[in-house]
Amino acid sequence: MTPAIDVHGLTKRYGSSVAVDHLTFAIPAGTITALLGGNGAGKTTTLSMLLGLLTPSAGTIRALGADMAVDRWSALPRMNFSSPYVDLPLRLTVQENLNIYARLYGLHDVSARIEELAADLDLDGVMKRSTGSLSAGQRTRVALAKALVNRPELLLLDEPTASLDPDTADWVRGYLSAYQKRQGATILLASHNMAEVERMADDVLMLRQGKLVDRGAPAALIARYGRADLEEVFLDVARGTGFASTGEAAT
Amino acid sequence: MSAFLSIHPSFSLNRVAAIVLRHWYLMRSSWLRMVEIAYWPTVQMITWGFITQFFLTHSSWVAQAGGVLIGAVLLWDVLLRSQLGFAISFLEEMWSRNLGHLFVSPLRPAEFLAGLMAVSLIRALIGMVPAALICIPLYHYNIFAMGLPLLAFFFNLLAMGWAIGIATSGLVLRFGMGAETFAWAAAFGFAPISAIYYPVSSLPGWLQPIAWATPAAHVFEGMRAVMFEGVFRWDHLIEAMALNVLMIAGASALFLLAFSRARALGKLLQVGE
Repeated sequence: MTPAIDVHGLTKRYGSSVAVDHLTFAIPAGTITALLGGNGAGKTTTLSMLLGLLTPSAGTIRALGADMAVDRWSALPRMNFSSPYVDLPLRLTVQENLNIYARLYGLHDVSARIEELAADLDLDGVMKRSTGSLSAGQRTRVALAKALVNRPELLLLDEPTASLDPDTADWVRGYLSAYQKRQGATILLASHNMAEVERMADDVLMLRQGKLVDRGAPAALIARYGRADLEEVFLDVARGTGFASTGEAAT
Repeated sequence: MSAFLSIHPSFSLNRVAAIVLRHWYLMRSSWLRMVEIAYWPTVQMITWGFITQFFLTHSSWVAQAGGVLIGAVLLWDVLLRSQLGFAISFLEEMWSRNLGHLFVSPLRPAEFLAGLMAVSLIRALIGMVPAALICIPLYHYNIFAMGLPLLAFFFNLLAMGWAIGIATSGLVLRFGMGAETFAWAAAFGFAPISAIYYPVSSLPGWLQPIAWATPAAHVFEGMRAVMFEGVFRWDHLIEAMALNVLMIAGASALFLLAFSRARALGKLLQVGE
């Protein structure tokens, strides 16, 4: 089966600084994978390159079978993305924003799809409100609606629950997991939230200073590092301590 | 339907329409925005209308064709509104940090540019039509009486405005909001050599070839030929069109280069206020 994402030797350099250093990985279709790493580990840079927003300095990316260097247009209609750091136009209403993006993605059933998303994401009451007037939680749901408008086969999410209260964050995680199961979609998410990753991800890619330093299912990583949870594993990786430095699990 | 709307398999008029819709939503969200678009052309036209009335009794040149100054100011505003309409629409995407979302969608840069050109046309019409209509009762000057030549002048000035708008948007994309001033002011730099209110022959000799290299100079010379001599100068029209094709091609190449550089530097995600 063709992986949803297949990356070889992916590198991004800014002058002498290396943001992403020879990443090689494949993500099977129909799975949820998390990119885990501290600030500056290269998560957002990697996502940007996968989306075609950033040109790699070296390496290749295949997304949904398409070579993103030469044929990203064949993959982009089947992908989508959400990030709390990239806004939708704040002066437009929620309905208007979704309408525009539904058309950009070439949907034929624009009204029906927007109604469906509004119902699914509990946006009915805010559809006529300007996006800028919404609370953080409402905006996240709107961003999610935009990210799902084209029923993407491949969904890339940058910190999908950043700045959300625990209740809303929990709801978002549940919704995304349900979407992934229902559609058989592939989700790649970058996150700092270990509980989120533990709950959602089938597989975790651990990044440090732009390099892939480890990979595995959350439970397998926790066992390998001899830690109680993924947060402790993350700290080992980020600090280069424990199993990350000695190759021996903590006891 | 979508097959009907496709010019080329890789170019979608539906996506162009989505960009137009995005800016139409923005314009209609505030009546003040609409007023702002029409405000300057109207103020300019009223001012130049009074200047014309003064010159009609003090200048034999203006007296030969009473509408020459009003016509010039209205047509010059077409270029200004076109360039500003394009550049402001592009800046709106920067201010709202929306480029990241736009360019992870299937939208192609050429569709984005085509969409902004269409938005610029709408903004130019909103700006110009009220000003041109007010001229009729106020100064008894009807620019629409020019007929088909007016369309030729309008679209050539619109196209030159697009070219300047595309180029300045490329500069903003490449150099960030520090280059925003160019987006606002670039068209004004063409005013002295565009022969708006005076013929190219009145410019210093060394400057005349530069003036003739702008489509606007051909348009305004053509306008005066219609108004003073009653003839439509096809040579000026053809030269203006050829220059516009070159300018738009050059500006688009510059924009695509800037887009490519912005992708290399990661600016599509970072740009904004």
